[in-house]
Amino acid sequence: MSNAPPVAGSVGATPEATPETERPALPDGVVAFVKRDCPTCVTLLPALAQLRAAGVALTIYTQDDPVFPEGLDPTDDTSLRRSWHYDIEAVPTLLRVEKGSEVERAVGWQRGEWEALSGVTDLGLDLPEWRPGCGSLSVDPDREAELAARFGGSVLRARRVELGAAEDPFEAMWNRGWSDGLPLVPPTAERVMQMLGGTTRKPDEVVAVVPPNLAPCSVEKIAINAVMAGCRPEYLPVVIAAVEAACTDAFNMHGLLATTMGAGPVLVVNGPIRRVIGMNAGINALGQGNRANLTIGRALQLVVRNVGGGLPGEVDRATFGNPGKLSFCFAEDEEDSPWTPLSTDLGFDAGIDTVTLFPGEGPRNVVDQISRTPESLARSLAVNLRTVQHPKMAMAFDCMLVIGPEHARVFHQAGWDKAKLLEALHANLMLPGRELIRGADGIEEGLPEALRDATIPKFRPGGILIVHAGGRAGLFSAIIGGWVNGDKGSQPVIQEIHA
Amino acid sequence: MSAPGRNSQDRILLDPTAETHPAARARVPRLESLSGKTVGLLDISKPRGDLFLDRIEAGLNAQGATVRRYQKPTFTKPAPADLRAEIANQCDAVIEALAD
Repeated sequence: MSNAPPVAGSVGATPEATPETERPALPDGVVAFVKRDCPTCVTLLPALAQLRAAGVALTIYTQDDPVFPEGLDPTDDTSLRRSWHYDIEAVPTLLRVEKGSEVERAVGWQRGEWEALSGVTDLGLDLPEWRPGCGSLSVDPDREAELAARFGGSVLRARRVELGAAEDPFEAMWNRGWSDGLPLVPPTAERVMQMLGGTTRKPDEVVAVVPPNLAPCSVEKIAINAVMAGCRPEYLPVVIAAVEAACTDAFNMHGLLATTMGAGPVLVVNGPIRRVIGMNAGINALGQGNRANLTIGRALQLVVRNVGGGLPGEVDRATFGNPGKLSFCFAEDEEDSPWTPLSTDLGFDAGIDTVTLFPGEGPRNVVDQISRTPESLARSLAVNLRTVQHPKMAMAFDCMLVIGPEHARVFHQAGWDKAKLLEALHANLMLPGRELIRGADGIEEGLPEALRDATIPKFRPGGILIVHAGGRAGLFSAIIGGWVNGDKGSQPVIQEIHA
Repeated sequence: MSAPGRNSQDRILLDPTAETHPAARARVPRLESLSGKTVGLLDISKPRGDLFLDRIEAGLNAQGATVRRYQKPTFTKPAPADLRAEIANQCDAVIEALAD
């Protein structure tokens, strides 16, 4: 893609000091930007020649061919540095410059405008009165990010890491400890500028303080990690919202990271953005194969790793962890759901883009291919939910229940809404203390003896979150167990996604 | 996108880390003796941490130390800044208890 010749040191250790990122001065007089590939520019050559002949101080910058226009002594701007810094959107563009500053601009060809700007009359009398220009190469969508990185590089504050000539970038990133164990996309200034195009937020805006090191995290640092994770720019707003949610006191990313338990952040995306960025809520929704699902969750974890300093074996003390700690992110299937989406259960209007973070383990499948009544299926799900963390433990952990479309149909056909299902699940999970106490069932683990005669709910009120997702075939649901809940541990946190 | 290495800019990566460096601080000198000193015992709120600390307290008392007990609201979060300041102001040494 790069047609421009490489310029050594254009993004160096001190980018602000390199001339490329500074706006170059223009010579006083009349300045024209042209390219050979533009028919209007070619047509207008007689008018430019007239200006030169009239003694106007004329400088012609050429974008694509250093010798065009022949005989008019053009100045090479094939690097597009001047075109970029002066926001040239179309060629020809004529500027009048006084004391190094632009004072007037004419875009395209309009005889009256050119005459007024240059002070030369009867310009191009053989030419049409008016001709629109062509697109400037400096705003070519294929080159926008490259040019922004090269000439606008000073907006990026991150330290530049210059690789040795013999270093393989992929090995170099691994050696510097940036990787979660999988290859990363090299975060060049060009890619990061492209990524930042996905948000309207300023690169230096600090959006979160990331545990465990409590490091302030800018939009730019999130963008760098999102590039490495493999995100497309349009995913960035979701990643930013996820980082914001993870770094709240309620979500307690510090504790979730530090615990010996295996849970990690599980991301559920609601709202129109799911479809805009092509997330998967259907077949294999919790699995591999969808770029948005996989890279958004991964980007959050890379921010925790690289910005927060949360490394396995250091502050991350998980006994086992789980594969979802690489990335665990999916979208709710709202379109085919008989119920309200998770985001509205948590207080947002439908149609608002949100990401919900749940502190969860890997998912576990529940098979029930026989139940055709909602009562039976609710009981069936409940006995499985009882096993979250341990069948003899209660109240300390939340869970997320991902209802598959075929299971949802059983409830829907019987007229059960989500509230009715939740009521049935909680009712089926009121557990007798005698089954939970230490020693019951010959198992020493359990609740204190004093609770023998109590009836104890497996989950606290609001401790079961229901999401609708998955492929249309399979009378299954999935359980995602939580870790320590409430003020002592982590609360599920929902965050609105802003462009 | 250029092939890696063809463009000099592809050899320059942006640092994804917080670019912070740990602050190095000198340790407080080791106590010569526990006699007459105040020792803080911080219970991180894990189950049965209190039983463990009761035993430690008895041992410290036997060595002539005064013991002050503290507790974190939850073991899953860092100790609040106020609690840390309180311990630093009131104690000559602190023992943090991890128990289950």
